[in-house]
Amino acid sequence: MDWVFLTELAINGALTGLLYSLFAIGIVLIYKASSVPNLAQGGLTMLGAYVVLALSHDAGLPLWLAIPLAAVIMFGLGFGIERVALRRLAGRPVVMILMLTLGLDIFLRGMTLAVWGGTSRSVELGVSYEPFFLGDIFVSRIHLVGAGVALALFAAFMVFFRSRTGIKLRAIADDYMASWSVGISVERGVGLSWALASVVAVAAGVIWGEIQGVDQALSLLLLKGLTVAVLGGLDSILGAIIAGIILGIVENVGADFLDPLVGGGSRELIVAAVLILTVMIRPHGLFGRHDIERV
Amino acid sequence: MFYRLSGVYRVNYVSDGRMFKVPADRNLAVVFLFLGLAAPFIVPSLYLNSYMLPWLIWTAAALGLNLVTGWAGQLHLGYAAVMAVGAYSAIHAARFGLPWEIALVIGGLASSVIGSLFAFAALRVKGLYLALTTLAMQFVMDWVLTHSPAISGGSHASLQAPTLELLGQEIVSDTGYYYVAFGWCVLVTIFMLNLKRTGLGRALVAVREKDYAAAILGVNSFYYKILAFATSSFIAGVSGALLVATFFFLAAPEQFSVNVSIQVLAMVIIGGLASVIGSYFGVALILLVPGLVNGVVTSASQALGMQVNVETLAHIPNAVYGALIVVILLIEPLGLGKLYGNIRDYLMVWPFDQLRK
Repeated sequence: MDWVFLTELAINGALTGLLYSLFAIGIVLIYKASSVPNLAQGGLTMLGAYVVLALSHDAGLPLWLAIPLAAVIMFGLGFGIERVALRRLAGRPVVMILMLTLGLDIFLRGMTLAVWGGTSRSVELGVSYEPFFLGDIFVSRIHLVGAGVALALFAAFMVFFRSRTGIKLRAIADDYMASWSVGISVERGVGLSWALASVVAVAAGVIWGEIQGVDQALSLLLLKGLTVAVLGGLDSILGAIIAGIILGIVENVGADFLDPLVGGGSRELIVAAVLILTVMIRPHGLFGRHDIERV
Repeated sequence: MFYRLSGVYRVNYVSDGRMFKVPADRNLAVVFLFLGLAAPFIVPSLYLNSYMLPWLIWTAAALGLNLVTGWAGQLHLGYAAVMAVGAYSAIHAARFGLPWEIALVIGGLASSVIGSLFAFAALRVKGLYLALTTLAMQFVMDWVLTHSPAISGGSHASLQAPTLELLGQEIVSDTGYYYVAFGWCVLVTIFMLNLKRTGLGRALVAVREKDYAAAILGVNSFYYKILAFATSSFIAGVSGALLVATFFFLAAPEQFSVNVSIQVLAMVIIGGLASVIGSYFGVALILLVPGLVNGVVTSASQALGMQVNVETLAHIPNAVYGALIVVILLIEPLGLGKLYGNIRDYLMVWPFDQLRK
């Protein structure tokens, strides 16, 4: 057994995993505030990347201006989605809300591609592709940057959830009705969570777009993001970070063992297996809240 | 007035348990049955085979999903995988030389067995988590299909279906294919219409409303959940097999990918949960409207002399499909079946609105 190679796999896996967390934070934020499964995060991520591209490449803005501007636009869009679509279905059975977010996802993907076309483009962040060596271990620079962004966002949200607005969001997450009765604007809180998730989608879109190109494949992150979110517990941001690292390592190392056995492409299988096992063994995930159901 | 209630007295249990309580409903059903039978002589064969036939088979499939999602209340995002099991087993059986009647039943049974595996997830979790588990199972099935040449048919990953032959008749004409699809759809519809009149249907509804409460009332929710999954999987398997045998002629893994699962669920929810007529509407809308819109956009852009990007045209149907789901859910979360029900309720008492309850 080559330990250096295994460590390299594990470290790169963990970095990739943090990028999954970046995606999953968007799902967790919304679930936390409104118990809505956000299956549209893939479409949002894709849209975020395309908006950045439209501002930087098509409109010619510099990247440091284009990304914040895209974040502002997506912030507004997130509010809009909640106002137009989600609010009217509040309190409906989960199957309808699930279908609504799936429909949103399909719509966002279709519209984005209809407007900007499906050819893969690069964000050109300016991160060099030179290999970066940590001792003997090869690490990809862009993954390192992405992992840094994920951790920074995590820290930012930790601080945010201690602020006045953040505490309101936590109260909404804890009990819808009770927050309503003490005068917290639940609708605005839920809208804010959608807006924040859309901003996170810009970050995820830019990083992932730099790694694999901005195209339709960005929305395929959904299964991995969902797995991370469920494994960490759907309402825990810390869980999303830790679960991302775990999934990344398991996926990278496991694929190295399994690929020769099954002839390649075992990553999807591993992710799906992790999702199924998590739900079967511990549905509320590592750090999620365990709800007790009453008749 | 249009749905006349005069002379309809429910004075005993038999009359109260009728399938069609209002004669007009029964007459409508009979009219549409005859229209369906006569369709090959009325509708041009192009429309018959590229619109009517897939509509009927997808309706049968959607009704199967409606059984498990609408009646039993279990979310299922892996329905296409179950259809794939049926399609592939039936075609392999038919290629092996078994008669198609037996091959179809084998396909259905194989689907039932695999589909019941999904039910074991349903015994542990429900709602959102069940949806995610079935979604993951769909990915596993997709992976198995694309990675096992023995199932998917070698390097080209496609499997030719042998000529369909039922009851000693070789079926090769468009009309023949249509009647096979029509027959299957009618069978499934009759089954689903009768479901609410049976103990099984009532038990499923009890499980849907609250499985713990149903268990307290003596309904074995464990048993009924598995039964619901197995039955719906049987319908899925046969529908999948017929879809390949009469429409695609070639089985390929992409025909049963995760997008298809989402599409069938969209058909069911747009149509209305636990609504039979709704499933017909939902399938028609999801299947036909994106193509229609694309045709309209193309001709409009030509008429206006505007040059529309090819890529834009290719993605508009998808955007429309997503928008349809969102808009219909916002207008009427209970689906098209409910919209139809509203119209029917209105017409039932029409000129005498003051009678409305």
